[in-house]
Amino acid sequence: MTVATQGDLSTLTSKELHHKIVNGDISVMELVEIFLQRIEKYDPQLNAYITVVQDQARTQAIAIDNKIRSGELNHPLAGVPYALKDLFCTKGILTSCGSKMLSNFISPYDATVYDKLNHAGAVLLGKVNMDEFAMGSSNENSFYGAVANPWDITRVPGGSSGGSAAAVAAGLAPYSLGSDTGGSVRQPASYCGISSIKPTYGRISRYGMTAFASSLDQCGVMARSAEDMALVLHAISGFDGKDSTSAMMPVPDYSETLNDSLAGLRIGIPKEFFAEGLDADVAKVINEAVQKFTQLGATVKEVSLPNSHLSVAAYYVIAPAEASANLARFDGVRFGYSCNDPKNLQDLYERSRWEGFGDEVKRRIVIGTYALSSGYYDAYYLKAQKIRRLIKNDFVAAFNEVDVLMGPVTPTTAFKIGEKSDDPIAMYLGDIYTLPISLAGVPAVSIPVGFSDNLPVGLQIIGDYFNEAKLLNVAHQYQQVTDWHRQSPSQFSGV
Amino acid sequence: MSIRQAEVVKVAHLARLAIPEERLEGYTHTISDILDLVALMNAVNTDGVLPLSNPLDAVQLLREDVVTETNQRELYQSVAPRVEDGLYLVPKVIE
Repeated sequence: MTVATQGDLSTLTSKELHHKIVNGDISVMELVEIFLQRIEKYDPQLNAYITVVQDQARTQAIAIDNKIRSGELNHPLAGVPYALKDLFCTKGILTSCGSKMLSNFISPYDATVYDKLNHAGAVLLGKVNMDEFAMGSSNENSFYGAVANPWDITRVPGGSSGGSAAAVAAGLAPYSLGSDTGGSVRQPASYCGISSIKPTYGRISRYGMTAFASSLDQCGVMARSAEDMALVLHAISGFDGKDSTSAMMPVPDYSETLNDSLAGLRIGIPKEFFAEGLDADVAKVINEAVQKFTQLGATVKEVSLPNSHLSVAAYYVIAPAEASANLARFDGVRFGYSCNDPKNLQDLYERSRWEGFGDEVKRRIVIGTYALSSGYYDAYYLKAQKIRRLIKNDFVAAFNEVDVLMGPVTPTTAFKIGEKSDDPIAMYLGDIYTLPISLAGVPAVSIPVGFSDNLPVGLQIIGDYFNEAKLLNVAHQYQQVTDWHRQSPSQFSGV
Repeated sequence: MSIRQAEVVKVAHLARLAIPEERLEGYTHTISDILDLVALMNAVNTDGVLPLSNPLDAVQLLREDVVTETNQRELYQSVAPRVEDGLYLVPKVIE
């Protein structure tokens, strides 16, 4: 079922690929060709990519080969290909957000993260599939169709960054940028057996990242190792004058602290994350992973996040409320889908939006509009924001006692395509362990720590505000003594 | 049901969504289920708790009031569905 092939280029980390380029073992052009061929061969089974930019990737590869050879470019990501979730604006390339509403949208400008990766010499392979407007936990809510999980193509890859997770897991991109509003990089990374980080709210500029819920949205990195995430996070983080919510905090070199010892690390286990609802086999794998950290010198104690059970309720008010405001911009007039033969202006708005958005997006717009409407604001939105404060305070208290928190990412492994698609409530409840982190705004990584019935299980490691360096250090040390992150689905192996 | 069909119609109109008659029952049902789920919040006493609107409790940044953008009307209108002479076209509003 699983293979840990070290020689296959598609299973190498970004760091290893960059070394091969610099050592002259392979050119950027050859590497890009390999990935383009793999996408052509394997993506029809997965549907991870919405757009593949073959021509641009080849042109960029030639330019970067030259710049590396001339010494003009020495960034650790130079020449390494990657994929972007299709909500990051890319000038001249479709940015669909997985929606019919934007299925004709060619962005007139670049997202800051894309701009930064271009400067680093990274090569964009294409734009990957996602739940429409990042709303979903299975990638079934895409106008471009569901994405398959590379470990079992009858199952979902998770969502909303499902295309990113499937592409990295199947070796169709060494890394990918996703976005995380309530778990959208951590959950698909967990389902697909790859590594991911959702940094602190404000760590990465969101300029050019299509807005879903503005008090929660954050760009995240999905990759093959903690070491790769350190490189990518360093390249894309920092204050941006174009995003007033980006934080004015210095960006440490995350690679420098990866090898710090974990001796004396204080791990907290939130007891609420191991209560009823957690699959017994998943719990077993998580407990074994935590044990491994004690062998590395860490101490473990139980802690409590007493308000975390309220996360689903608070999130499914706050996120839809903010989404309803953000998505008000889609009016059928300035960009995006516009209905045929509108009878009047009202009809133009109402039909463009009804026809352009999918059901989950429309449900959330209605919920959000309701929660913000006259007479209901205090009972819903304000109440949810107060509960959000209580949830945040739980984390602040926990980090007075411990350095990191550990627990599962999801209650179960990846479910079957179609299994929950008619039951939004069941889908929402699956976000129970990722939502508290999003509401508090603290950073978290998810890393693969084993399998349950041949499906990957992810461990969530949660840190204090702006302590991404510690999370990456902890994840890297685990990956130095285990090889779960080096496992790839055999169905997609070989060049 | 936590929400009636008439309310869904009203809210859908506020959100500028032309919900067809035949979808109304299904939407009302699902939205009602979601409202039941979030009703869990009501059991919690939040007296005296300040609402958290930004996880970092950050305040809006201000910058100097200087021009930073150049006029790119043509570029921005290149993605619009209907444009004429630099104007967005919509159905006639005034007869």
